[in-house]
Amino acid sequence: MILKQLSEAFGVSGNEGDVRSIVLDAVREHVDEVKVDALGNVLAFKRGTGRQRMRVMLAAHMDEVGLMVVGHDKDGFLQARAVGGIDPRLLPGTLLQVGSGHIPGVIGVKPIHLLEKGEGEKVPKLEGLVVDVGAKSKDEAMKLAPLGTYATFATRFCELGPTVSGKAFDDRAGCAVLVELLRGERFRFDLHAAFTVQEEVGLRGARVAAYAIEPDCAFALEGTIADDMPRDKDVSPTTELGQGPAITVMDRSFIADRRLVRLLTSTAEELGIPCQIKQPGIGGTDAGAIHLTREGVPSVTVAVPCRYIHSPVALLSLDDFNNAVRLMRESLSRLTRCTLERGRN
Amino acid sequence: MRELIHKLVETYGPSGAEEQIRAIIRAEVESFADELRVDPLGSLVVHKQGSPSAGSGQAGEGRRIVLAAHMDEIGVMVTYVDEKGFARFTRIGGVSPITCVGTRVAFASGMVGVIGVEEKREDTGKVPKFEQLYIDVGATSRDDCPVHVGDAAVFVRPFVHAEGAQSTRLIAKALDDRVGCAVLIETLRRLERTPHDVYFVFSVQEETTLSGARTSTYGIEPDLAIAVDVTTTGDTPECAPMAVELGKGPAVKVQDRGMIAHPTVRNLLVQRAKEASIPYQLEVLERGTTDAAAMQLVRAGVPAGCLSIPCRYIHSPSEMVDEGDVENSVRLLLEVLRAA
Repeated sequence: MILKQLSEAFGVSGNEGDVRSIVLDAVREHVDEVKVDALGNVLAFKRGTGRQRMRVMLAAHMDEVGLMVVGHDKDGFLQARAVGGIDPRLLPGTLLQVGSGHIPGVIGVKPIHLLEKGEGEKVPKLEGLVVDVGAKSKDEAMKLAPLGTYATFATRFCELGPTVSGKAFDDRAGCAVLVELLRGERFRFDLHAAFTVQEEVGLRGARVAAYAIEPDCAFALEGTIADDMPRDKDVSPTTELGQGPAITVMDRSFIADRRLVRLLTSTAEELGIPCQIKQPGIGGTDAGAIHLTREGVPSVTVAVPCRYIHSPVALLSLDDFNNAVRLMRESLSRLTRCTLERGRN
Repeated sequence: MRELIHKLVETYGPSGAEEQIRAIIRAEVESFADELRVDPLGSLVVHKQGSPSAGSGQAGEGRRIVLAAHMDEIGVMVTYVDEKGFARFTRIGGVSPITCVGTRVAFASGMVGVIGVEEKREDTGKVPKFEQLYIDVGATSRDDCPVHVGDAAVFVRPFVHAEGAQSTRLIAKALDDRVGCAVLIETLRRLERTPHDVYFVFSVQEETTLSGARTSTYGIEPDLAIAVDVTTTGDTPECAPMAVELGKGPAVKVQDRGMIAHPTVRNLLVQRAKEASIPYQLEVLERGTTDAAAMQLVRAGVPAGCLSIPCRYIHSPSEMVDEGDVENSVRLLLEVLRAA
């Protein structure tokens, strides 16, 4: 399964090489052209059947949140800082893979036996945590993991039945959806796929990818927050697992184009594909950068709901994943120049 | 212009859903435009061609100038409809919960709801959080609730003209920035000849991300850009100090949180105001910014500035401007555009 391969790959923002190799291998035979741009985005082009003169961009980011080594102490422990949004509550005791050699590392934690009164109730700060790679001295630590070495969680992909668990579903789920779309039949329009870099640290890859592609419209494919855990008040979850792909109307980075939202919701309704509207006002995606490109690009985001994103292990429903692929494929096959016409208004 | 402002402020148009307000503005400007188009994100771009100045006989000697006012207004968006049919919401742009409780909001269809607040709060003396507010559209259940997640609404308040001695004051919602749109429309109508190629941009999504002005400006590639927007004042009881007052003339922006006005643009506005004896004020805004902040960074950079209409109670459902300031804004822009 391409999702397993992508999920287990090492690809913290700025260091997406392993993911890029997997993507290149997965799509090369199914597209007309593929290249890597100056910032490291994979740009793949799949010619249309020629019946719609349109350039459509699909984007999914290859990078994941992680850690970077910023120091070494005299006993051989590594100091690390977050790359992207990492929740320090989740770090103590986790197993990491460190550097291009993927050497195992553990984020050190004091055993429960030794905790002082009240200490267990406090959340340690990232600045106070150390990564233990078994080094016995500063020199050895510096040799194993020099300054600037990246680290990510060492989480294996796991099938749990209708759901799967693994790391980096944000946004390897989107990458996997995009690979599936590229492997299928041609669309009527020219499809430009961008597997982007550095989304988690500022939507950087998507910005230059969109500049190069000059699309007429764009779809960002994501793995997004599902927070459908038990709650005592009747209020909104961001998205829910098992309710289908989530369509963004508005988040903190952009307002989705209503014509594209309508294309997706009407396609879903017509074919009975489950889908949900992501709770407006939360998060941000590559669409935030893409829509501002050149003269502007009508954009929307479609996401696979994932519980526990930005943590060592997330969980998604394969039904949601398959429905995201299907909803995108069916919607794109209905997308024409008319979809973007405004009429008199 | 009062009737024009009245029509503009009462039209629905939250960021991202500017179709209705765009149609209204389009109808107002169509017969005065040499060229008119809606660009990819939905901004309305109205082009008035430059004509050769008397004596020179040459066309195209002027500059490409963008005047931008945003069509979109702040609002709210439904995030959830509960079992009883109450709609939870988030804000579109800079809405404060303090202005929400008890106000009415209207959806695109015209349907109106009222904003209520949860009574079980830890401290009822404090301003509630958005999570404690909800919209009641009169539904009794999730199934019969006519609004859905993602639907956007705007404040409802009638436009009024203040009575009494200070009868030049106008009070309405969305004067930010429909009064700027009115100034642009009126300037276009009165502008008979200009040596410049002038692009009147009615931009989208200013209140959220300054998106429309940025992308429109990319398409136009102007030599100079001026945003026309509202600014806050320092003339109300116990307000933060600011040297801008209602009724003292349009304000020429020096700087705000997002930009430093280009000295060329600032000096141009000041000089034309002086020459034509139009009252003006200088503005240093400590919070907030305008489309000019986005326009100045487009392509290789654009000298940009801002002409601001002083406005009290910005982003509340009852904003207030002075008609004299509005009229003088039009006069000043005409002076800028008529001269070479």
